[in-house]
Amino acid sequence: MVLLQGKGVSKGVVKGQLYFFKRQDNTVTKRIAEDVEAEKARFAAAQEAATLQLTALADRCREEAGDESAILFETHAMFVEDEDMVEAIISLIEEEGCCAEYAVEQAGEQFAGMFAAMDDAYMSARAADVRDVARRLVNNLLGITQGGIDSDEPVILAADDLAPSETIQLDKSKILAFATRGGSGNSHTAILARTMGIPAICGLGDALKDELGGRLAYVDGETGSLYIEPDELTVLALKEKLDKQEELKALLSSMKGQEDVTLDGQKVNVYCNIGSVEDVSAVIANDGQGIGLFRSEFLYLAANDYPTEDEQFEAYKTVAAAMNGKRVIIRTLDIGADKQVDYFDMKKEENPALGVRAIRICLNRPEVFRSQLRALYRASAYGKIAIMFPMITSVWEVRECRRACQKVMAELEKEGIPYSKDTEIGIMIETPSSVFIAEELAREVDFFSVGTNDLTQYTLACDRQCNDLGKFYDPHHPAVLRAVKMAADAAHKAGIWIGICGELGADLSLLPTFLAMGIDELSVSPSSVLPLRAMLRKSIAKTCTLDMLKC
Amino acid sequence: MKQFNYTITDALGIHARPAGMLAKAAKTYADTEITVTCNGKTAKATQLMKIMSLGVKQGSVVTVVAEGPSEEAAIAAMDDFFTSNL
Repeated sequence: MVLLQGKGVSKGVVKGQLYFFKRQDNTVTKRIAEDVEAEKARFAAAQEAATLQLTALADRCREEAGDESAILFETHAMFVEDEDMVEAIISLIEEEGCCAEYAVEQAGEQFAGMFAAMDDAYMSARAADVRDVARRLVNNLLGITQGGIDSDEPVILAADDLAPSETIQLDKSKILAFATRGGSGNSHTAILARTMGIPAICGLGDALKDELGGRLAYVDGETGSLYIEPDELTVLALKEKLDKQEELKALLSSMKGQEDVTLDGQKVNVYCNIGSVEDVSAVIANDGQGIGLFRSEFLYLAANDYPTEDEQFEAYKTVAAAMNGKRVIIRTLDIGADKQVDYFDMKKEENPALGVRAIRICLNRPEVFRSQLRALYRASAYGKIAIMFPMITSVWEVRECRRACQKVMAELEKEGIPYSKDTEIGIMIETPSSVFIAEELAREVDFFSVGTNDLTQYTLACDRQCNDLGKFYDPHHPAVLRAVKMAADAAHKAGIWIGICGELGADLSLLPTFLAMGIDELSVSPSSVLPLRAMLRKSIAKTCTLDMLKC
Repeated sequence: MKQFNYTITDALGIHARPAGMLAKAAKTYADTEITVTCNGKTAKATQLMKIMSLGVKQGSVVTVVAEGPSEEAAIAAMDDFFTSNL
C-alpha cells in the first residue's frame, strides 16, 4: 500500500483506477495518402469508434443525468454518421488524395461554417457541436484521447492541476474523483467537484507520480488521503466509511421538500451557486430554493470570442425558466485575476487580483457590459432574475452600474422587448472598502451578497491561488467574520437583505455565527443544500452567539 | 406519394434534438424516401445537418413528403412525430 497525503477539498470516499489527464497535440497536417482505399478504411474505423464512444456516453448519461444530456450525445453520434458530411470527407480523400485527418478537419470546418453562418443564435452555436464531433474523429484517427479519459470505466482523474476551461470540457460521467498535485480548496476544480458532489484531493505534490497511473486506489476526500492498493484493514475501514456515506445520503434525501427554518422560526433562504446552465439539474435534484450565484463567466471562458447578446440571453432565460419563478441571481462578468480569457486582450498585470478585473472591466468596456445587461433584462421576462455586480469598492461604481441598467431598460422599452422592471440589483461584498462604506452602498441596492473567498483574500492579504499560505489563509479569522457582521448590520439598517455566496456559506461550523448575525440567505454548492438544511432545522437561532468574532 | 403541410410551433424551430429524433424515425423506413421542404429548400429527413440548415423556425410551414413502398405508414408516423414534437 502507498499512502499519499493531500488536502481534502470535496468530501466522499470512492474506489477506482488512477488515470492521468493527458494533454496531447492534435494539430493536423496535410499528408498525401499513399493508399486512398486505406485512408477511407481508417476513416471508417474512426467513425465506428466515435459512434461506440458516443453511444456509451449517451447510455451513461441517461442513467445518471437523464434524457436531456443523453440526447446531446446521441445527436453527436448522428452527426458522425451524417450522410452529407461523410460524403464530403470521402470525396476529399478521393479527389485531393489527402490523409483522412485532413479530410475530416476540412469537412468539419465546412459544416461548422454552414451552421456558424446561419441567421439564428441557436443554430450558429451548433457549429461548436460539429467541431466537437470532427475533433473526436481526428483524435480517433491519431489514436489520442483528448481530455484524457480513454477508459470504459469511470476513473479517479489525476493531474498537475486543471484549468477552468479544461474542467468545463471534461466528461464528468467518467470521473469518480479528482486528485491533483497542485491547486487549493478554492481552485476551480475544487469548486466544481463540490458542486457535482465528486470527491477531490488537491496539493498531493510530486508524490503523485505518473507511473501510479492504472493502479487501484481509494480517495478519501474528507481527510485528503489517497490510498494506492490499500491493505485489507484499510479497505475495511474505508468500506465502513462508504456505508456511512450511503446512510447519510438516505437521511439527507428525507430533507427534500422541507422548509429552511430553525426550530425557533428564523428563516434562511438556502440557495445554490452554479457555473453553467447544466448545473440547474443539480439544484433541482437537491431541492435548492433559488440560485444565489450564477457565475456568468462560463459563457466567456468556453468561447473563442465574445458571446453574443442572443447566446447569453438563451442561457439566462433557460436557467430563469427552469427555476420556475424562484430567484436567480446572476453575477455579471467576473474575469481577470485567476480567470483569464484570451480574446479580451488584457494587458499582463504584475498583480492581477488587484488589477483590472470584474466590474472594472465592465465599466471600462461599456459595449461588453451593455450586451450582458441587455441579455439579462431580456431574460428577466422569463423568471425572477436578480443582477449582481462583483468587486465593488466605491459608491460611484454602483451608481454607474445603475445608470447602465436604466439605459438598457429604456432601450428595451423603446424596442418593445419585454423585461421585468422589478429586477433586483445587488452587489458583492468582497473587498474591505465595500465593508467600510456598506451603509452608503446599502442605500443604492436591493441586496448584498458576501463573497467570502475574495473577502478573505483581500482582508488577510493572502493570495487564494497560492498553495503555501496554509495557516495564514484563515477564513475563520475574526477580521473576516467581523467584516461580514459589519456588512450585515449595514444591510439590515437600510432594510435590505444580505446573503453569503462564498465557500463559507456551506461551512456548518459557522452556521450559528451567521444565524446570530441574521444572515438572510446562504448560497452553497447544490450538494451542500441538504446537509445545511438538516443542520439549520436542528438549530435554535436565539441561543446562537457571536463568540467566533472574538469581540 | 403522400404529403402534408405542418406549421412549426416549437419555440426553437427544428433544432438539434428533434432533428436527431426525426432522422432516427425516418431511418426505420429504409425503402421509402421522406423529405422535408421549407422556404424552397428540401432535405431528406435522414440528412440531420441539412435538415437543421433549412433554418426552420417557429411559425414556418414545412411540407413533408413520403414516397416509396411504405409511404402510407411513413407519412402517418411523420404526422404523429411533427404534431407531438414540433
